[in-house]
Amino acid sequence: MSDVATHEFQFASAEHQRETAISGIWLFLASEALFFGPIFLSWIYARLADPSAFDAGARQTDLTIGIVNTALLIASSFAYGVGLASIQFGSRRRMVVWLLFACTLGLAFLGLKFGVEWRSDLEKGLFPGANFSIQGPTRNGAQLFFAFYFFSTALHGLHLIVGLGLVAWIISQARQFTPKRHTPVLIVGLYWTFIDIIWLVLFPLIYLIGRAS
Amino acid sequence: MTHSAAQVSYLDDGHTLRSWLLSTDHKRIAILYIVAITFFFFVGGVAAFLIRYNLISPNGLIGSAETYNRLFSMHGILMVWFFLVPAAPVTLGNFLTPLMLGARDLAFPRLNLLSWYLFVIAGFIALYAVVGGGVDTGWTFYTPLTSFYSKGHVVAAVVAIFIAGFSSIATGLNFIISIHKLRAPGMTWYKMPVFLWSLYATSVILVLATPVLAMTLLLLAFERIFGIGVFDPAIGGDPLLFQHLFWFYSHPAVYVMILPGFGVISEIIPAFSRKELFGYKFVVWASIAIAVIGFLVWGHHMFVAGTSLYSAIVFSLLSYMVAVPSAIKVFNWIGTMHKGYIRFDAPMLYAIGFIGLFTTGGLTGLFVAALAADVHLTQTYFVVAHFHYVMVGGMVSAYFAGFHFWWPKMTGRLYPEMWGRVGAILIFVGFNLTFFPQFLLGYLGMPRRYFAYPQHFEALNLLSSASAMVLAVGYLLPLGYFAWSLLYGERASANPWGATGLEWTTPSPPPTENFAVTPTVTQPPYQYEHAETVSHE
Amino acid sequence: MNGYVPSVTVEGREIDFLILALFVVSCAVLALVFGLILLYMIRYRDESGVYRGHPSGKTWRFEISWTAATLAVFFLLFIWGGDLYVRLFQPPADALQIYVVGKQWMWKVEHQGGQREINALHVPINRPIQLVMTSEDVIHDFSVPAFRIKHDVLPGRYETLWFRVEKPGTFELFCTQLCGVGHYSMTGEVVAMSQPDFENWLSGGAPAGQHEDMAAAGKELYAARGCSGCHGEGGVGGSPETTGVSAPALAGLIGSSVKLQTGATVTADEKFIRDCILTPDKTPVAGYPQIMPSFAGQISEEKVLRLIAYIKSLRSGNRT
Ligand code: HEA
Ligand code: HEA
Ligand code: HEC
Ligand code: CUA
Ligand SMILES: [Cu+2]
Repeated sequence: MSDVATHEFQFASAEHQRETAISGIWLFLASEALFFGPIFLSWIYARLADPSAFDAGARQTDLTIGIVNTALLIASSFAYGVGLASIQFGSRRRMVVWLLFACTLGLAFLGLKFGVEWRSDLEKGLFPGANFSIQGPTRNGAQLFFAFYFFSTALHGLHLIVGLGLVAWIISQARQFTPKRHTPVLIVGLYWTFIDIIWLVLFPLIYLIGRAS
Repeated sequence: MTHSAAQVSYLDDGHTLRSWLLSTDHKRIAILYIVAITFFFFVGGVAAFLIRYNLISPNGLIGSAETYNRLFSMHGILMVWFFLVPAAPVTLGNFLTPLMLGARDLAFPRLNLLSWYLFVIAGFIALYAVVGGGVDTGWTFYTPLTSFYSKGHVVAAVVAIFIAGFSSIATGLNFIISIHKLRAPGMTWYKMPVFLWSLYATSVILVLATPVLAMTLLLLAFERIFGIGVFDPAIGGDPLLFQHLFWFYSHPAVYVMILPGFGVISEIIPAFSRKELFGYKFVVWASIAIAVIGFLVWGHHMFVAGTSLYSAIVFSLLSYMVAVPSAIKVFNWIGTMHKGYIRFDAPMLYAIGFIGLFTTGGLTGLFVAALAADVHLTQTYFVVAHFHYVMVGGMVSAYFAGFHFWWPKMTGRLYPEMWGRVGAILIFVGFNLTFFPQFLLGYLGMPRRYFAYPQHFEALNLLSSASAMVLAVGYLLPLGYFAWSLLYGERASANPWGATGLEWTTPSPPPTENFAVTPTVTQPPYQYEHAETVSHE
Repeated sequence: MNGYVPSVTVEGREIDFLILALFVVSCAVLALVFGLILLYMIRYRDESGVYRGHPSGKTWRFEISWTAATLAVFFLLFIWGGDLYVRLFQPPADALQIYVVGKQWMWKVEHQGGQREINALHVPINRPIQLVMTSEDVIHDFSVPAFRIKHDVLPGRYETLWFRVEKPGTFELFCTQLCGVGHYSMTGEVVAMSQPDFENWLSGGAPAGQHEDMAAAGKELYAARGCSGCHGEGGVGGSPETTGVSAPALAGLIGSSVKLQTGATVTADEKFIRDCILTPDKTPVAGYPQIMPSFAGQISEEKVLRLIAYIKSLRSGNRT
């Protein structure tokens, strides 16, 4: 493909199309933020109703995995950033390498989260319901915590999987992108970072607040 | 860019099914939406018909309370999420936004097509849920009834609304970005027609409130599937939290339903009064104010639900505040008619009907916003009458007004004017006779969502049910003459109403690329006094 | 009018008055709106040759004045409705308490004296009545149109509602929150009677065999469920010497302020006592070990209400 930018017929120029696409993704992210908003709010609200029992649930989580996972995600956003810079500076090959690296980190996150952490949570009987293993006075609050925990991590995981799909798609299309024409790389990057930011809110909710008191 | 020489009307640009179902042309997508929306309106209407049929007798004529509950749930769910919330934006909005902007299409045409598919898929799931399995929770899905006690296909219904929500978000996003980025040269913000402003305000709500509903419904589905969840009082969850989240979306959603109507009326009143819209900037900013304040009043649905007295007071005050911009609009429309040259074509009749019915509905909103009065009136037919006045008397009339107004543009045909006027008057009369009695019923204490009711409410219910037949005829009539006009209607010129606005400068029906040459805007909208600026540039 | 029942409470009449005011304002606005539209439709119809004058210049005068007028009217209505609402939900201190439990699809009522009724509520006139209401399953709503009041009834909470009836009579009672298939059938009646009639009813009219005083029934439960094993006979409190465990005294508890381990101080009302019984971990009283078991799922809402009635009857205690 040549570097001469084309554009769809409703736009005046390729630059116009690019700006429009980028505004679009920002608005979409605003919408996504409001999508996650209610969980965060109800999370805080539910904890306030019965902090001690709620926190008893939170203390059953695996802080080490949480920290490692956070590091993985931050690193992968960073890797994506370097990939984006690479294409801007003209190296398509380096972009692919860094994006692959970002993907790997994302996959590692998923593996740890669902393969290791969830599995051990389930084995420990932490899924709310009749078989919930925490007994005694904190049982209800802890169940409430784990309802939030499983719900929100599953949802975040789904977003991450979609994100991985998008990054894979970018990699597969790498040949199209040039220093001047790489809007999709930028857009997917914004989404990828957004998932990361959601996790940065979930992380303290899941692992830290309950341990703080 | 390829076909500029011979301008093909968008209707003739391909005749295969494929050329419709895979078209990214906003005009074709609008037509696809019209088909879908009309369908859901009539399914919802059949449910309304059966509701009214049941209520003819105090003992209920349908014979089963469960069926009745399913009927009004189906009616509410379909009418709100599959008819009125999307209706005006996805049909009129889709068709007109690029035309009014002087653009060739929306910013993201493929997203637009995707949102139609999402909508249709969601619609089928919803039909499966409410017709196939039945949902008896009302459109409000209050927990713990919905999460633990109700039988029926709640999860399917919730999934359907979830998907429809994403369709709404995609549409709203498309409009906002298009309005920001695709305005024709010279079209500054204050030169935009009010319809686009109101669509903009609507889209802001769609994009920012719908995701909250989506998440709330997911939490609800989780709770129902796993038998445990965050709204469950048994483990310390709070059922009122669900109501807060639900109304945080659903109150703004009622403004999604009315704002496009305000836009339509603001186009029609000047066109048929031959006069500039009175107080353009006030009308515009009133829409924005409604969209913003509308986010802060959700608690007025919970005045007797067990929230604190203080929050109730704040929500009541804010509800009065959000009513002020509506008042501003009503007065500006009347101001527009002052010293005009008023003509009474069907769109104008619908528009005038809208002002009357919306004002009545809005004023009764003030009854239920007054805390103590709401204590008596809430959960009765008074509320039912309130929202039918604003939604059906108001918005559906505005939708019909817009439909008649732009029908020649969309199809290139004129509808039979005489029948149009008959329909408008029939709907106005039938509507009032159907729903005014419900205000009285509500004041007398008849609870809503009752399959059977005490004997002494019978007379008014009978009146309401009988009049609903008139209303039904009123709604079926347009279906008939619109269909007729598609085949036999007179051909329409580019600007049959002599209206202003870029959409009237291009042929009816417009060519696929809308404008042969991108127009340049020099005038503010609604310059009716100056005859030389009317269309034909 | 068909089925019209004039309000039989003072507050109800005030609500009626507010609604009337709203109605009058609405009529005035509608007359204005419809009047102007009709006038313009006739005077400025296209064919009419009436002189339109010069198009008036742009002015904000109109906008400002109608916005201000609307705001003023709205503000008055808001104040009126808000003030009345606050009074509507603040019970007088001497109100007679009656307990109400909603359940799919019936209302269960229990009087202080243990008289129970279903889908009916007998009350004396000219006396403030306070209903303490809860639900066993979904959300219901206790609504009496003749009193112009209603309130939701939620599981896991106590909501209250008060009224004072002025005239004897029988009034419709509705459940006005969708609560499932039988929602429409969750109706009943409120019977208001003179004080002597009411007392007669209490002692004879209520169904026989269910005549035990609520507090007395609570006392039996208190022993049967082992409360006395920790809190002592008569709720005097327990200590390692007397009952073997240290547990707070319950006599005099109601209305006192309780310090929690979290540092918060709460007033012990019905809801608090209920929580202590069903979810003791949420209400850890300062200075005691957290050993009280939860009775959730073992004691029904109705029985909890009896325990509360019993604890409330123990007023003589030496709590601060
Ligand atoms: C299109 C939809 C729509 C619109 C526009 C509105 C508009 C308004 N609504 Fe309505 N409402 C609903 C749809 C809508 N509503 C629905 C669906 C429900 C019930 C849901 C359910 O429970 O199932 C509901 C319920 C509802 C309630 C809860 C009732 C209850 O459950 O107890 C309340 C309470 O405050 C309320 C208030 C208002 C107010 C103050 C307005 C205002 O915005 C109205 C403003 C307009 C005017 C006021 C008229 C014009 C003004 C003038 C001409 C000015 C002059 C006036 C004076 C000087 C007095 N609405
Ligand atoms: C948003 C749009 C909307 C629209 C357009 C309507 C339109 C109508 N509604 Fe609806 N209604 C709601 C939204 C809407 N409603 C909502 C949200 C609820 C609350 C649900 C809940 O409680 O959860 C409700 C509840 C509701 C109730 C209260 C039920 C109850 O609480 O028990 C009633 C009762 O009269 C009613 C009646 C009607 C009628 C007569 C119409 C008419 O205007 C409809 C007219 C149209 C037609 C009649 C269709 C055309 C004619 C035919 C298809 C032919 C006739 C059919 C046969 C011969 C079989 N509606
Ligand atoms: C095993 C011992 C034990 C039993 C049995 C027991 N309690 Fe308690 N109760 C306690 C202790 C210890 C506390 C204080 C700590 C706490 O709040 O958990 C307490 C606190 C309370 C309180 C709050 C008192 C205050 O001062 O605020 C109430 C009310 C109460 N119990 C009622 C009951 C009732 C009613 C029963 C029977 C159904 C019961 N308890 C059974 C040990 C017990
Ligand atoms: Cu109980 Cu409706
Ligand atoms: Cu509202």
